[in-house]
Amino acid sequence: MKVRIKFAKRGSMKFVGHLDIMRYFQKAIRRADIDVAYSEGFSPHQLLSFASPLGVGIESEGELFDMTLAGRQEPAWIKDALNAQMNPEMEILEVWELPEDAKKSMSLVSAADYRIGFRDGYAPDVDLAETIAAFYAQPEIKVIKKTKSSEKEVDIKPMIYALSADADHKIYLKAAAGSVENLKPELVMEAYFTFLGIPFSPFACCITRLQLYLDE
Amino acid sequence: MRKLALSDEILLTIEKPARYIGNEVNMIVKDPKQVDIRFVMCFPDVYEIGMSHLGIQILYDMYNSREDIYCERVYSPWTDLDRIMREQNIPLFAIESQDPIKEFDFLGITLQYEMCYTNVLQILDLSQIPLLAKDRTEDDPIVIGGGPCTYNPEPLADFFDLFYIGEGEISNMELMDLYKANKAAGGSRLDFLKAAAKLSCIYVPRFYDVTYHADGTIASFEPNTEGVSPTVKKDVVMDVSHTYYPKKPLVPFIQATQDRVVLEIQRGCIRGCRFCQAGQVYKPVRERSLEFLKEAAVSMLDSTGHDEISLSSLSSSDYSKLPELIDFLIDHCGSKRVNISLPSLRIDAFSLDVMKKVQDVKKSSLTFAPEAGSQRLRNVINKGLTEESILNGAAMAFHGGWNRVKLYFMLGLPTETPEDEEGIALLAEKIAMLYYDEIPKEQRQGKVQVTASASFFIPKPFTALQWAPMYTCEEYDRRAHFVNDKFKEQLNKKSLKFQWHNADVSVLEGILARGDRRVGATILSAYRKGCIYDAWSESFCYDKWQEAMAETGVNEEFYNLRTRDLDEIFPWDFIDTGVTKEYLKREWKRALEEKVTPNCRQACANCGVKVFGGGVCFEGQN
Repeated sequence: MKVRIKFAKRGSMKFVGHLDIMRYFQKAIRRADIDVAYSEGFSPHQLLSFASPLGVGIESEGELFDMTLAGRQEPAWIKDALNAQMNPEMEILEVWELPEDAKKSMSLVSAADYRIGFRDGYAPDVDLAETIAAFYAQPEIKVIKKTKSSEKEVDIKPMIYALSADADHKIYLKAAAGSVENLKPELVMEAYFTFLGIPFSPFACCITRLQLYLDE
Repeated sequence: MRKLALSDEILLTIEKPARYIGNEVNMIVKDPKQVDIRFVMCFPDVYEIGMSHLGIQILYDMYNSREDIYCERVYSPWTDLDRIMREQNIPLFAIESQDPIKEFDFLGITLQYEMCYTNVLQILDLSQIPLLAKDRTEDDPIVIGGGPCTYNPEPLADFFDLFYIGEGEISNMELMDLYKANKAAGGSRLDFLKAAAKLSCIYVPRFYDVTYHADGTIASFEPNTEGVSPTVKKDVVMDVSHTYYPKKPLVPFIQATQDRVVLEIQRGCIRGCRFCQAGQVYKPVRERSLEFLKEAAVSMLDSTGHDEISLSSLSSSDYSKLPELIDFLIDHCGSKRVNISLPSLRIDAFSLDVMKKVQDVKKSSLTFAPEAGSQRLRNVINKGLTEESILNGAAMAFHGGWNRVKLYFMLGLPTETPEDEEGIALLAEKIAMLYYDEIPKEQRQGKVQVTASASFFIPKPFTALQWAPMYTCEEYDRRAHFVNDKFKEQLNKKSLKFQWHNADVSVLEGILARGDRRVGATILSAYRKGCIYDAWSESFCYDKWQEAMAETGVNEEFYNLRTRDLDEIFPWDFIDTGVTKEYLKREWKRALEEKVTPNCRQACANCGVKVFGGGVCFEGQN
């Protein structure tokens, strides 16, 4: 039996990195007595597959991972059993059963929604809705992408699927995510600050991933 | 969001921010306003090391079992955060409540190794607590030291208000009650220290005066305050099957060094190796009952979700119910896919059989600790392991499919000669040859690999070798290179590897281990020069330590290089561990005569610990 699990990672848990979150779940699954399936071999591991690593510093309302079970346990029971093991800043939001031949969520991720706010003292002194609209209306949004060996200029506009700001001074971004194309929200915000002519601090934004989109 | 002491800006700048945020699985949450005593327990090294320590988990569980106490934790901030905290004047905080440590009633620091001493000063400094106990006021926490290094607390005497000598499960609760009573009666800090000093295991350094002879040795060590005992007795838990043990140990987010359930099966050791401090100060051997261990194992695995359990003791093979315990664990853990790890097992038919059941033979290696290269020198240090038993064990293991062997040695042992040193290379060579003799070519799974590691011998207080001299850095390097050259002369040199530790760290550890109160000034001076994390080779700076020694008049000749007189008063003589100095003198003499002393189960050597009235000394008599 395969299930997909959607969870939230909030508050101070944003400082716990992706690998440590995986270990956190492995232990929680054991404590919850979930009948998880294991790989073969001398050091078997739980059959878990996380959809998309979340960077340190980012909160989330919609992370996904897939789990293979050895026997049958009801999704509703799994949700309650896992929630009983979570700390107050982690929450299992949904558990649903997948067909046996379902592809791993990791290979299906295509986009993500983000909510972006500003830390105290970092909000630019401009009309957010207006400038975001003007920023997004540009025909091209060029940024310098640094890799280990080189720096190159790329147009990130095609990877931005939606961008707007609301009255609460929050920015909503839908951008490419996953193994084919992936756009980091920080990069969009850096380009926006450059557009405004304001120096960008890596601490300016607090980002929440709201949802992952899968190509199914 | 949970309140955090550090801003997002800082936490996103430093390495591994999860070291500082708390909220780990099984963390205890209490309202600090609802308790009478706020205690913070410190391991003065980085989080991943400190979180691996069983002792703190036991005491954390014990203190928090009381409603009137909230025990929290703190570890050394890594050097990146250390810099930021100093620049921005941020006070060090406890992980649970994230409140500044200076607001607590107690700061308890465990002292597990000498090379953490400058980290103790880092903790006090970042907490904004005066480094010297004499400068502290009524508003500062009481600073307590505990752990193995308190068997010679003197180099740290200036920095601590009191030391707790021995196992923490016994008198800590009484100490807390004394504190509450003193507070209720409106007593001062000094009043509390006087009351605490009445407990037989509590040492308050300021209540003792030391005088010295012209040659630098101690002339007298005496109480200067009425009602303070001239000796301090170590506390021992005699019934280790009915005592505190954490049912729900903490599980960190980031991977700790010890990322598994730790099951302490017994305390003490019957072996009596003459270099080993733990073997003497944790006497007598006390085994935990099978029932206690089964219950503890099951509840800890259930409450943590760990996928590995490790047995812990000084010599697990000597635990009398080991086969039953392992059968139980294999049975229980197998169904739950929990791995079993068995360090400190003697290699023999039984242990090889067990290891084959619980480990991947291809991935594991065999470990022997001959400690010295010749039988003569092994007799000097009373290490019972013979060449014959090593070769027998290795042969059995090779037939079982193992082909990697690790050997541990010490260099610079008393009476050591070039023949003893060469013996290290010869023993490694014999083991490699044995592999090729025993295992036919077609059955070999690659080459045999024998890795020998040498550390430099450091005499420790309360051991039979506490009178022995050490050597200089240059001499240690010379000996290590001599052994290395001998390895290169061996026929199977391509299957052999020899590695050794840094000599300068050992020299310093020697000075701190057998140091007196005057060494405190050296530690303070080294800290002022920027020394912290001395246990980490990337931050250890011997030059600064040498400057500090020169400035404070502490030298190697006096602390390390001389053979101490039999009637010399040692800085740690005021501590009563149960093991008598007469016994240690007898053992020192027997060492020089190359005479082996039987272990506690073979014959009683009258070491003195019978006074505790239990443990191995009285086995089979009830």
